[in-house]
Amino acid sequence: MTILSVYELTISIKKLLEKQFTSLAVRGEISNLKEQSSGHIYFTLKDKDSQISAVFFRGDAAKILKRPIKNGDEVIVRGELNVYAPRGNYQIIVREIEFAGVGELLLKLHQLKKTLDARGWFDAAHKKPLPKHPKVIGVITSPTGAVIQDIVNVLSRRFSGFQLLLNPVKVQGEGAAKEIAQAIDEMNRYNLADVLIVGRGGGSLEDLWAFNEEIVAEAIFRSQIPIVTAIGHETDTCIADFVADLRAPTPSAAAEIVTAEKAQKLDFLRSVKRTLSNTLRHKTNEERARWTGFARHPIFSTSSTLLSPYFQRIDELREDLDASIKTGMLEQRLHLRRLKETLTLLNPSSQIDQQKSRLETIKRTLFQASQTVLLQKKERLKQLEQHLMAINPKNLLTKGYCILFRENSNSVIVSTRDVEDQERLDVLLQDGTLKVQRIP
Amino acid sequence: MTQAPVPFEKAYERLEQILEKMNRGNVPLEEALQFYEEADGLLRLCHEKLINAEEKIEILIKQRNGELSPDEKGQPLKQAFQPGLVR
Repeated sequence: MTILSVYELTISIKKLLEKQFTSLAVRGEISNLKEQSSGHIYFTLKDKDSQISAVFFRGDAAKILKRPIKNGDEVIVRGELNVYAPRGNYQIIVREIEFAGVGELLLKLHQLKKTLDARGWFDAAHKKPLPKHPKVIGVITSPTGAVIQDIVNVLSRRFSGFQLLLNPVKVQGEGAAKEIAQAIDEMNRYNLADVLIVGRGGGSLEDLWAFNEEIVAEAIFRSQIPIVTAIGHETDTCIADFVADLRAPTPSAAAEIVTAEKAQKLDFLRSVKRTLSNTLRHKTNEERARWTGFARHPIFSTSSTLLSPYFQRIDELREDLDASIKTGMLEQRLHLRRLKETLTLLNPSSQIDQQKSRLETIKRTLFQASQTVLLQKKERLKQLEQHLMAINPKNLLTKGYCILFRENSNSVIVSTRDVEDQERLDVLLQDGTLKVQRIP
Repeated sequence: MTQAPVPFEKAYERLEQILEKMNRGNVPLEEALQFYEEADGLLRLCHEKLINAEEKIEILIKQRNGELSPDEKGQPLKQAFQPGLVR
């Protein structure tokens, strides 16, 4: 076995390792950070199971780093592997450092917020007023999430008639931001709603990240339709919230906000109705008390005829009032019934039932039609059979006819001229063949 | 009460006027009844204006690639939606 020097072994290892790892990217946490007076930075990159030394030379460090690194930073390091012969250890020569993790997200958020703020996108001047009476409320969120459910619940509780159009999107993960931005653009392009609620339930910063992306902010800023955001919990604030025309603390609140005007008007109408009824009832009672007082007067107590037309008038008035209240109730009931009927008609299962019964009818008709055709064909077949029977020559044999054949052959004799003297013939009768001979 | 259609805001103002008069308390019964009748009509009108739309909850139909599916008029297709009953 060849005996190597330490140097020779180290050089062999160096060649082997460095060839293998010329370009690598490693994720880990920075520890043991030391910045030498030379400007080179030394640190250890570790995760919970291992660690590796790393060196970031001054030139690269100055060029790349946007902010100083510190112990505990989660980073992705790019570079190559190097074996440092004098100390016999291996290390990463760092060429680039990229921050990873929540810290980096927060930094990105902060930077984008600054950029957009500088562009004036958060200015009150850009905030569009919400429509007082939106006909269609557009919602951009996940079709399976709690947001749409909350919104529908609030609207159903408050009003009997509202229109909602959901543009279903992914609200987290890859492609979510693009889908959300696209959905906002689509609602605008086709003018599908009068106001938009863009929302997502609570989650971590990473979960809510799509709403901090620039493309979403751009789409919101571009939107001609006013937008209310309802993203995460009340304490989470996203870039989207800043650009939106209004930020709601929760999806339910968003639904309440976009319908506030309508709810307020309806409340007013209800209160007017109540007040009017009360006032009128009060008045009627007052009037009745007055008339009753008169009626008790000695002058009238005996001759009620004097007052009867007035009593009657009061009764009429009261009846009118009762009737108008009853009519009102009746109309409400009719309206309710109409709504119910519409609902039943719109119910998909009843539509399916209708289609099913149509299908049944078609099936039945088809079956009947085919039965008739089959019967006709059978009948026709029977007739043909009878015709055939009638003209079957063998049938004639049962009636006393016979057929003459030349002996031992199938040729039929039809004329006396065909038979020679003494010629033998076969006679076919119904039950067999008879041998005969012509007598001259 | 069937009259020429009164704009919503006008009806609203008139309701407020009637309310004020009725509340003053010195309105004769006959007049109060007339007011009541008028107000009843106005209330119905406002109510209809506010709740005129039939209730509709719909979802846009998307293709596998995430694009909308346009109908023959180029408008995106929708279908009825009930939260909690999807996929």
